[in-house]
Amino acid sequence: MLELGQDEIAKYPFLADAGQYLKDQGFSLEQFGSDPDLKHLIEKAYERIRVAADGKIYKSDLDGDHVSKEAALPREVFSFLLAIVLLKLSGMHTLIKRFALAEARRAEKYLEKDLANISDESKNQLAIRVIDDLFSVQVEKLDDFFVIPVSNYLKHSINFHEREWKLINRHVENGQVYLSPHETVRLIRKELGTYINSKIVNARTPTMIPGFEDSVNKLVSLSKKFVTYTVTTGEYPPCIKHAIEVLEKGENLPHSGRFMLATFLLSKGQSVQQIAPLFKNAPDYNERVTLYQLNHLAGTSGAGTQYSCPSCEKLKTQDLCFATSECDNIINPLQFGRKKK
Amino acid sequence: MQETDIQFLENSFKKYYFDHFDQIKVPERTSEREFGYQKFNSGMTRHLAIKDDKELHLMLIQNIPSDVYCSNAYYTFPNLPMNEKDWKEADLIFDIDAKDLNLPCRESHTVSICNECNEVSKNSSQCTKCNSTKLEKKSLPCNNCINASKTEVTKLSEVLIDDLAVSKENIHVYFSGNEGFHVYVYDSQFQEIGSRERSELTDYISFRGIIPESFGMKKIKPNRASFPDFEDKGWRGRFSKYIFGSKSKRSKIITELLANGYSSFQKTLDDASDNIGVKIDPNVTMDIHRIFRLPGSINSKSGLAKIQCNDLEKFDPYIEASFLSDETVEILANCPIEFKLKNKKFGPYNNEKITIPTFAAAYMICKKLARIA
Ligand code: SF4
Ligand SMILES: [Zn+2]
Ligand SMILES: [Zn+2]
Repeated sequence: MLELGQDEIAKYPFLADAGQYLKDQGFSLEQFGSDPDLKHLIEKAYERIRVAADGKIYKSDLDGDHVSKEAALPREVFSFLLAIVLLKLSGMHTLIKRFALAEARRAEKYLEKDLANISDESKNQLAIRVIDDLFSVQVEKLDDFFVIPVSNYLKHSINFHEREWKLINRHVENGQVYLSPHETVRLIRKELGTYINSKIVNARTPTMIPGFEDSVNKLVSLSKKFVTYTVTTGEYPPCIKHAIEVLEKGENLPHSGRFMLATFLLSKGQSVQQIAPLFKNAPDYNERVTLYQLNHLAGTSGAGTQYSCPSCEKLKTQDLCFATSECDNIINPLQFGRKKK
Repeated sequence: MQETDIQFLENSFKKYYFDHFDQIKVPERTSEREFGYQKFNSGMTRHLAIKDDKELHLMLIQNIPSDVYCSNAYYTFPNLPMNEKDWKEADLIFDIDAKDLNLPCRESHTVSICNECNEVSKNSSQCTKCNSTKLEKKSLPCNNCINASKTEVTKLSEVLIDDLAVSKENIHVYFSGNEGFHVYVYDSQFQEIGSRERSELTDYISFRGIIPESFGMKKIKPNRASFPDFEDKGWRGRFSKYIFGSKSKRSKIITELLANGYSSFQKTLDDASDNIGVKIDPNVTMDIHRIFRLPGSINSKSGLAKIQCNDLEKFDPYIEASFLSDETVEILANCPIEFKLKNKKFGPYNNEKITIPTFAAAYMICKKLARIA
């Protein structure tokens, strides 16, 4: 874990171990709900979430990148930590996503500034260590540039579609890619958001704390504004329906069937976490193995190839096809319901 | 292929695997690799795990495969089905094949074999005997082809060493046994990258996808100072040499480039890919689950061995990769193209019965240009 100074905790509050931080400062969550001097911080935390939900970046009390007044630091960090508590209590995932994203954008600005701060060696050393620790990207400073190994660069840049991120359009030398502070931070932007998001998702959900109810209720109604109902037009093709039925009955679905189902659902945009429970009833279910295999199929682990759903022809040979007239003229289950005569 | 041909090749290959086992390079971390082999006239057996060279030796002698393969990837369970193998990492591999270089000489040493009547004709699109269009092309690569492939290997090594910091000792070059070279990179920073990353790396090596901005040409207010220079490292330097020719012409040519404008510059860059970019097969490099011909094994497309080239410049595959015996054999040859093996000239043969050494007979039989009489 990084050793953080006060300015740093205020800039990167997600790096702090929340529970420990509160304890070190001599506070408990209950105090925030009851102590009139602290209660306004809950209000502030709510504000922080509301601003993020609106897609804006919360304007902090930081003066430049220093803590302005004595009191600002606790406010800065407490409001972040309390925001997490509120989010957990409300259980609203859309808000968590938006909050994580906004916080990432906020931290990004500081990170970039710290990296560019040539006059303060300790600042950019810290930024380098943050990047190194959280995203395992080994950044090194060389003149005005930050250089990272080509392999590391590739892992992050392949998710960008703009041509200027192609390796050929980069300054490559000695197995390393040369980047400006802005580009360095941009490269790990997505991971920063994912990191903050997972930190919140994995945080323990406390039981309701007296004094927090109002803000939590406000969050629940706030989140209603953002709920987007994903309308699934049409339904699953017969082969997929059949596979789901087999699993639901707790019967054994052959490996090829699981492969078909997983690749189909992944292609439809479902996440590994959403798909995994489907396999729970299978007689040989093992959570770790299932997740490993799904991640592999999704291309998020190991080789990184994303597998695609097999063709109808292939599925016919595997006895997995249960075609109806609605399957006419399609060559892959993914086309089901799309081609209407 | 007829039974007697298969038997002849099997016997010759068997003798090779028996006498020349030291040629076979058992790859490091043998037990983490997937092996596979093919037998004459039958399908592929793969997902095999092999412990050490003893086991490999046994596999070769027992099965006398036409072709032997080994993964560049390392797995926890190399013998399980693909998605249960647990991929760990893979050596970086490049394939340079004369047939992808589109050389003008190619036509002169390519023949077409009719699938219907077996008639052999010089590179035509229709059988001269039965007019069938089901033709199989076979090429007997010439020295020009080999030399052009070598040039690509040299260009590749340069980019690997200079730009990507791969150390020279970790680059191994093999003659593929037929028409080109396989370049292996061991222990580099690229061991663990996936297929999309490898594909991006091939774009870099073949100088593809570059935008004018990266070389100083902006749509608005292009800046002379950001154009590449002779001394620049990497592609900037290589491109400079290609486009400016000499240092003294640099300034004049930049003026021309600026005058011609942005899209013309893009075209110049794209043309440069074909000239200075390394011609590698991107599909091979990005495939991290493939099994590759095992170094030291025989290629059934030619009867020549896939062997390591220690001195690429001097390397002559038609001397150094031909290992089959000198014992003579009687064959019926229909090979309209002359070829050279072990410093001896053979052909052309026009449907003649001849008695020639095994290594040359095997070469033609593998190319379907002869059969055992
Ligand atoms: S035809 Fe295709 S979509 Fe329809 S049931 Fe068979 S595999 Fe599924
Ligand atoms: Zn014919
Ligand atoms: Zn040639």
